[in-house]
Amino acid sequence: MESFLVSEQLQAPSPLIPVPRAPAPEIPAAAARDELEITIDGKRVKVCEGATILDATKKLGIETPTLCFLETLTPVNVCRVCVVELEGSRTLVPACSRKVEAGMVIRTDSERVRLSRRVVLEFLASSVDVSTAPQLRAYMKRYKARAEKFGPRAATVAQPPKIDNELYVRDYSKCILCYKCVEACGVDAQNTFAIGVAGRGFHAHIATEFEIPLTNSACVYCGNCIGVCPTGALMGKIEYEMRAAGTWDESRQTRTETICPYCGVGCGVTVHAQNGQIVKVSSPIDHSVTQGNLCIKGRFGWQFMQDHE
Amino acid sequence: MDLHLTEDKASPEEEAAVDAALEKLASSPGEATPLGATDGHARSNGLPARSKRHLLLPVLQAIQERLGWISPGALNYASLQLGVPPAEAHGVASFYELFSLTPRPPVVAHVCDDIACMTRGAGALCGDLERKLGPAGSPCVDGKALWQRSSCLGLCERAPAALITAAGETPRERIVAPAKADSISSVVAEAALGRLTAEIDRLDSKVSVPQAGQSQLRLLGRLGQADPASVDDYRRLGGYEALKKALDFGAERVIREVIDSKLLGRGGAAFPAGKKWQAVHAQRNLHRPHYVICNADESEPGTFKDRILMEGDPFAILEGMTIAAFAVGATKGYIYIRGEYPFAARQLEKAIHAARAQSFLGSSILGRGFSFDIAIRRGAGAYICGEETALFNSIEGYRGEPRNKPPFPTQSGLFHEPSVVNNVETLVNVLEIILNGGAAYSRIGTANSSGYRLFCLSGHVVRPGVYEVPFGPTIRDVIEVAGGVGGTGRLQAVLLGGAAGSFVSPKELDTPLTFEGTRAIGATLGSGVVLLFDDSVDLKQILLRIAAFFRSETCGQCVPCRVGTMRQEEALHRLAQRKPLGSNEQESALLKEMAQAMRDASICGLGQTASGAILSAMDRWSLFS
Repeated sequence: MESFLVSEQLQAPSPLIPVPRAPAPEIPAAAARDELEITIDGKRVKVCEGATILDATKKLGIETPTLCFLETLTPVNVCRVCVVELEGSRTLVPACSRKVEAGMVIRTDSERVRLSRRVVLEFLASSVDVSTAPQLRAYMKRYKARAEKFGPRAATVAQPPKIDNELYVRDYSKCILCYKCVEACGVDAQNTFAIGVAGRGFHAHIATEFEIPLTNSACVYCGNCIGVCPTGALMGKIEYEMRAAGTWDESRQTRTETICPYCGVGCGVTVHAQNGQIVKVSSPIDHSVTQGNLCIKGRFGWQFMQDHE
Repeated sequence: MDLHLTEDKASPEEEAAVDAALEKLASSPGEATPLGATDGHARSNGLPARSKRHLLLPVLQAIQERLGWISPGALNYASLQLGVPPAEAHGVASFYELFSLTPRPPVVAHVCDDIACMTRGAGALCGDLERKLGPAGSPCVDGKALWQRSSCLGLCERAPAALITAAGETPRERIVAPAKADSISSVVAEAALGRLTAEIDRLDSKVSVPQAGQSQLRLLGRLGQADPASVDDYRRLGGYEALKKALDFGAERVIREVIDSKLLGRGGAAFPAGKKWQAVHAQRNLHRPHYVICNADESEPGTFKDRILMEGDPFAILEGMTIAAFAVGATKGYIYIRGEYPFAARQLEKAIHAARAQSFLGSSILGRGFSFDIAIRRGAGAYICGEETALFNSIEGYRGEPRNKPPFPTQSGLFHEPSVVNNVETLVNVLEIILNGGAAYSRIGTANSSGYRLFCLSGHVVRPGVYEVPFGPTIRDVIEVAGGVGGTGRLQAVLLGGAAGSFVSPKELDTPLTFEGTRAIGATLGSGVVLLFDDSVDLKQILLRIAAFFRSETCGQCVPCRVGTMRQEEALHRLAQRKPLGSNEQESALLKEMAQAMRDASICGLGQTASGAILSAMDRWSLFS
């Protein structure tokens, strides 16, 4: 009983079927696209037409910070932490969505870029609880961002967490309004449209219609919003409660990749376990079947695994 | 997609409001039918194929105007009729200042406390109203009304101003300007009893346009000289001659004339109008619909010129749009009017009907085979919707959040089709260009600022109003035309271009009011605002009001603007209260650093200019030492 969840090398013994991730089916090659040459930080790089500046920086191994960007979602370019300097442009431009054009000259680490990235991070960290956003905190360190510089009375989005169902918690005091959950709930993944951005300005926020509880809303509890949330504002209830109790410890957790046992789709799941108990299920974003998405059964329906009866 | 609705049901009255609005929209020949809505072609998961999302804003408006607020049941009904998920419809409804999502009395007095009205006693007016009607935002007159503070209502020549709206089967509006607490409360009482008369008073154009009737006027020539509802009056004064000429010219020649005229957009961004037209015209062989949009979302504090053109010479705007449509190959156009301009919207609506009746709009205009029609979209209280891509989203039934550019509107604009967006005043200038030729027009004014320009004089000036000049006069000249400095007579500062513009000092009055002249002193013409402050004004309070304006008008989409406008206002409050973090110099440095990030990293012009006026004042005067 205790051994089947603790599997580091994809060799889960029975009852799980030991299926390594299947190779993606061969996609016929698209018509060759023109390659464009641009210059980033003094280095020339060739990328396909239609690629973004972010794609080009990746090709050069330049690490560009991103918060609202995710490979599987349409770029909304709202967090502005990925901005770069483009020669000839009055303002900085977002690397995540700006398409390359031949001859672009880009700087990713100029004084101007560093200042905007730092101030954006300071704006976020001074208004939002970033305690469960490790990526954002790492960026703050990299850019020496100081959240406290706006004084102790700076306005924040602090509010009580919304706990209205048994599966997950919405703590919008941790929300940086990256729009990812709305996209995942909408046309980019689930097409459920249970949540949207409401209000305006500093008080714009993610909400169901008239802030009704999720249980009355269109939500189908796929949890794909949790999967894309970069700050822990959306969190499985078990993780939320374990964190509150101080028992959540990722260093003691195992991650087992397997296939969802429910239907024939074959979604790849990652089972996170601590002390032999499943504490969370996610799906790899690069999985050819799921692209990180699951349904309610795959993400939350594993209690039977721990049923000792 | 199946819509999941809560159990809240709409009342018969709410259903009637939605049904009537949909019926009116369905019978309007000006309404566009975006591709996705009709041809079943699923651009994204089939959703747009069934959605009538682009009708969401007018439908919400109909509910608001009938009931005074938008209830969960009404939202459900609207969502169902339009095929829009209720969470998204709620997101849209909660975006606009003029919509209420909680029960609210039917009568609302919007009392402007913005910068132009501040110079004319808006502060005292609000104090009086508090004593008379109780605190802002709480019900008065037996719970049938309330009053609230508002951003600029675009009535600056009559400051201090108030707009009273009364919801009901026949919604009514009334302007009270210049306003006193007595006059506001008596109109509010009248409205609460349902006794507001049908038509709001026509504003006297002599007051708004002190030059009215002068023979040299090219843009304001018809103001006060004609019945704005009469096509015949318009034609008697030279109307529709430009359109006939344009139809004779052909599209290429029209575009060449506009390019030759060197006309720059009058909305604030000063983009060459001819270039926009050419870029859309160039895509005519793509067999995609093209759109012409008149940006009449004039919301820049201190700006009211477009309102006056719409109220006093609406056919000129329709004619300008029709010429633009002919040039770029568009068959549908929208006029997007800010929600605070009910009278202008009504005038334009009447004008559209009249023009249609005489074949100046509709199919085969003047029997020449060219078809074009226009629909009106009223905003609902959102400054940001004047940003052209936010305006597209607003018309399409999405939140008025700006899109990232590129792609530019000429490639991907309204409904993601090639679109031309022109300001009201820009379109009226087009008539002059077609009538007299682009080359002749380009010789009027200065080398880099051709043609005629409207300036909105307000604040401490003797005769506030809209003034027309050929480009060239200095700030001092224009103030002289308006009778000189009012108030104490001692000028302290002038705000050029509105909240997104910049302050100049009395030492800079000899600067020509041209694009190049203002640029040379680090200022901007913007939307033509020239707002005067005498030496009795506490400029700190003006800066705080500007900061509050941007904080409340930012859409909240991108981080630098959403949080930056809040932090900027907080810093100014600390400085004004003499409680800086560290020293005043540290606060100034902090403001400058935030300003740079907002200018560099914000998505659109709102965030990019939200610090401009404030920093320009801090550069010129040591306000906080």
